[in-house]
Amino acid sequence: MALLTCTNLTLGYEGKKVLEGLSFSVNSGDYLCIVGENGAGKTTLMKAILNLHPPLKGDISTGEGLKHTEIGYLPQHTEVQRDFPASVREIVLSGCIGRQGLKPFYNREEKNLALHSMKRMGIENLSSECYRDLSGGQQKRVLLARALCATQKMLLLDEPVAGLDPKVTQEMYELIKELNYTGITVIMISHDVRAAIRYASHILHIGTPVFFGNKEEYINSRLGSRYISLSECEL
Amino acid sequence: MTALIEKLILYFSYPFVRYALIVGVLTALCSSLFGVTLVLKRFSFIGDGLSHVAFGAMSVATVMNLTDNMLLILPVTMLAAVLLLRTGQNSKIRGDAAIAMISVGALGLGYLIMNIFSASSNLTGDVCTTLFGSVSILTLTEAEVLTGIILSIIVIAVFFIFYNKIFAITFDEDFARASGINANRYNLVIAIVIATIIVLAMKLVGSLLISALIVFPALSSMRIYKNFKSVIIFSAVLSIFCAVVGLFTAILAGTPVGPTIVTANILVFLICSAIGRLAKRTT
Repeated sequence: MALLTCTNLTLGYEGKKVLEGLSFSVNSGDYLCIVGENGAGKTTLMKAILNLHPPLKGDISTGEGLKHTEIGYLPQHTEVQRDFPASVREIVLSGCIGRQGLKPFYNREEKNLALHSMKRMGIENLSSECYRDLSGGQQKRVLLARALCATQKMLLLDEPVAGLDPKVTQEMYELIKELNYTGITVIMISHDVRAAIRYASHILHIGTPVFFGNKEEYINSRLGSRYISLSECEL
Repeated sequence: MTALIEKLILYFSYPFVRYALIVGVLTALCSSLFGVTLVLKRFSFIGDGLSHVAFGAMSVATVMNLTDNMLLILPVTMLAAVLLLRTGQNSKIRGDAAIAMISVGALGLGYLIMNIFSASSNLTGDVCTTLFGSVSILTLTEAEVLTGIILSIIVIAVFFIFYNKIFAITFDEDFARASGINANRYNLVIAIVIATIIVLAMKLVGSLLISALIVFPALSSMRIYKNFKSVIIFSAVLSIFCAVVGLFTAILAGTPVGPTIVTANILVFLICSAIGRLAKRTT
């Protein structure tokens, strides 16, 4: 049984179909990169996996004891966050919100988990800093630490390097790779197909046609090789 | 100076001044606690719109000669809060336009109803009082004070019990939802609480100026503090300070209560902005 299985999904908004007949599965320890053009439905797919916006048709099921609510999610920035007065510690701790249940406050275990996540991301020295005063790379680390509080098994990353400079981008990719080595399954949405074929174990290319398979198959496929050479032209 | 203090002590021997102070402090506290969330969720205008709905409901209640206005105003305002929040989530109707429509609609209808049906000899005075709360805080009955205290305690309790959830939803609603938090339910709770605060605050500053009570302490506090907990605590402190100072000034100088409290809030905001700017320059 795979960790996450999507069967015959139709995705869209208010009856408008974006994507049809999508099937793929993610096994424990995989590093899946979702690539595709803008508007192909990457974000819609992600929202479906997170149960934020149910698919029009088809089924998304989780296995191996993973619950939908235990997927750690790294969003792109939203507008509200930019001037939000919140310390790093407050934000990371809010990753435990799903575990909190009906208790009004966080317990020691959850506070320790938050501290541990901050250490893993190397941001424990920033814990009382204000989120909005941090650099873009530091902000991503904070959100990643928060996602780690929410999950032990699977991370879903939406464009984790968008807006970062090349050096910080590199660091971010290394960080994600290390997390994957420690056994966390990674699903990453990315524009950067070169990074995708460098780091991912599997590729899901959505659009027409759809490709799903491991990295080597993608590189050798017609769609893959065309897309990769296209992205090299852009440089 | 001693004359002033003596005058204050004299005033405090009157129960209506003590009532005003109790309700004033509690209202200021409640509005500041939720003010931060409202400002950060970009809901500031909802407070404004709802206060006008409350005014409309109040004029209907006055015309109907209800013994307790709250019985009508509170449910109507809550209903409007829920509806406004719904339209805010619906991408087809622009939230701000819906608020503008409901808000001026209620204001206009409210005044019209009062104008046509009111038996009062001093209509303009009545309307002015509901809009600017000039004396209503000083004419509270014991029952109204009690209702005010109970509602405030509920509002404060809701805030503390749901503090972490409110933070999570305010900071990143999608993340909270993905973690299994029923954000719609909490948004509903927030809307109902806001409606309660507005009905409470109507007595203190009048329906036109309620937004000031919700928005100013939060914005002032955000100039200086940079984490959520401190922002909340400091905005509560500022809000209570402004309410007390405004109330005393109004009593001593004979100025209208609501506008005096709002003026105190404006001054505090300017001071906080200056401090915030200075702090930024030195670092």
